[in-house]
Amino acid sequence: MIEVQGLVKEFRGGIRAVDRISFEVPRGQILGFLGPNGAGKSTTMKILTCFIEPTGGTARVEGHDVLTDSLAVRRRIGYLPESAPSYGEMTVSEFLMFVAELRGKRGRDRIVAAERIREVCFLESVWHQAIETLSKGYRQRVGFAQALIHDPPVLILDEPTDGLDPNQKHEVRQLIRRMGADKTIILSTHILEEVESVCHRAIIIARGKIVKDSTPAELMQDSQLHNAVTMTFGGTDLEAARRLLSGLADVRAVEAVVGATNTLRVFPREGRMIASTVSQLVRERSLAVDEIHVEQGRLDEVFRRVTGGARGTATKVRGQHSTQHTEGH
Amino acid sequence: MTQFAPLFKREFLGYFRSPVAYVFIVIFLLASVGSTFFLGRLYDSNQASLAPFFSYLPWLYLVLVPAVGMRLWAEERRTGTIEFLFTQPVTMPEAVLAKFTAGWAFIAIGLCLTFPLVVTVNYLGEPDNGVIFAGYLGSLLMAGAYLAITCVTSAATKNQVVSFILSVVICFVLVLVGWGVFTDMLAAFLPVLLVDFTSQLGFMTHFNGISRGLIDSRAILYFASVIGVALLLNTTILNMKKAG
Repeated sequence: MIEVQGLVKEFRGGIRAVDRISFEVPRGQILGFLGPNGAGKSTTMKILTCFIEPTGGTARVEGHDVLTDSLAVRRRIGYLPESAPSYGEMTVSEFLMFVAELRGKRGRDRIVAAERIREVCFLESVWHQAIETLSKGYRQRVGFAQALIHDPPVLILDEPTDGLDPNQKHEVRQLIRRMGADKTIILSTHILEEVESVCHRAIIIARGKIVKDSTPAELMQDSQLHNAVTMTFGGTDLEAARRLLSGLADVRAVEAVVGATNTLRVFPREGRMIASTVSQLVRERSLAVDEIHVEQGRLDEVFRRVTGGARGTATKVRGQHSTQHTEGH
Repeated sequence: MTQFAPLFKREFLGYFRSPVAYVFIVIFLLASVGSTFFLGRLYDSNQASLAPFFSYLPWLYLVLVPAVGMRLWAEERRTGTIEFLFTQPVTMPEAVLAKFTAGWAFIAIGLCLTFPLVVTVNYLGEPDNGVIFAGYLGSLLMAGAYLAITCVTSAATKNQVVSFILSVVICFVLVLVGWGVFTDMLAAFLPVLLVDFTSQLGFMTHFNGISRGLIDSRAILYFASVIGVALLLNTTILNMKKAG
């Protein structure tokens, strides 16, 4: 369980990296943090893991406050920092035995914990290698192992699949999904498919503020593309087809798809479904359609719209501010 | 203080995982023995004492101790492992103390490895081994003071070279104000009271007594306070970075 209330972080020079963020994550939920670089994702995670202190607001992890009870918070969190820093000159086994000891495991317990994590994170083959000699993928796994070694109830993962190849990404996502059942997990990413495939919920942050908080499915419904019908014609006069489709009830617009030949995309009016009426039209008029499918919506489009807008306003506000500033002098 | 042991162990063994340890020990031994025989003229002095060895030690430390300590925090900050470290259930004083003690223990090993000097003077004559023991104790305490200052400069920057230069400069000033040659120069144009005061802040003022066999509680207190104040400052700097 993670509770964040009105969290603010200002760095020196008055830069507000996190601006009154509030949310809650119950146990068993995997929350995806989305946002452009510098939006405040990592800063929020660093506050939750007690690496930096907030300027205002509070955050509690499993009921413990990050400011007043930070040791208790840190005991309950497994944290994978961005780009998984670790002591390069140590071997994987030395490093993980060290972490196990820091996590309060002594003697036999320590060995058991290290051996368990070696299996979970597939580290057998590099167990006695110095970390600095490992590939990015293995280093990331060591970071993972470090975060999981004490089987914490809360996991905070900053870009867990960054730098991994597609197979490794798949493995890591499976691992996260499996652990999600009985843990509270926050992960940040800017790979949108990751949110779709792993997260129960997504929060989009831009300029330190939450601009969207919903399920990945709901996010996709926000997409302009949601329920649009894309069809590829074989031989039919494209202009005639476009005219026919535009005439249908509930159709808002028909556009040619850029980069594809003989392909049209039909957009429904807000909240309407047009798949059946479109296919009916195809049958009645015997249109030669090679392919037809209903769009689910695209997260990247929603992401761009939501975060791009926020960036625009922020720049404008700052611009006005600086004008006033110069006039004042 | 439950986390002190693992932190200390990692840091201490860390020296031996890189060539730093071996380079330091070899240079320290060459330089300390070299200065004892060639600059201090141990044989010509015709005395069974390690005074020549101890008299050059403050100058040797000036370069070598900052080299041992410069990486302690700067390296953690440069590689980002400090984020790993302080998100573990570790308190700030534990971490500061563990790192300092690890560096200090490493220097102690270097110091212990000068034992052939003790054997030599014992073979050649009949030195006062109590004085020699006091000298080693003073050397260790003084090394701690140098190291604690280096810890502060190391915490203040992520660049090891900057940390090294800063600590050399600070330690140099502290050596200078207690160095007889320098205080005599100052006394020529400054009030004696003032010179007396500044020389009380110097390393050599307190070290010279101990190295002559005078285990003076004031000297021990002096080195202990330099270490204490520096480590407190070290903790404060790290806390400030945390509050951002």
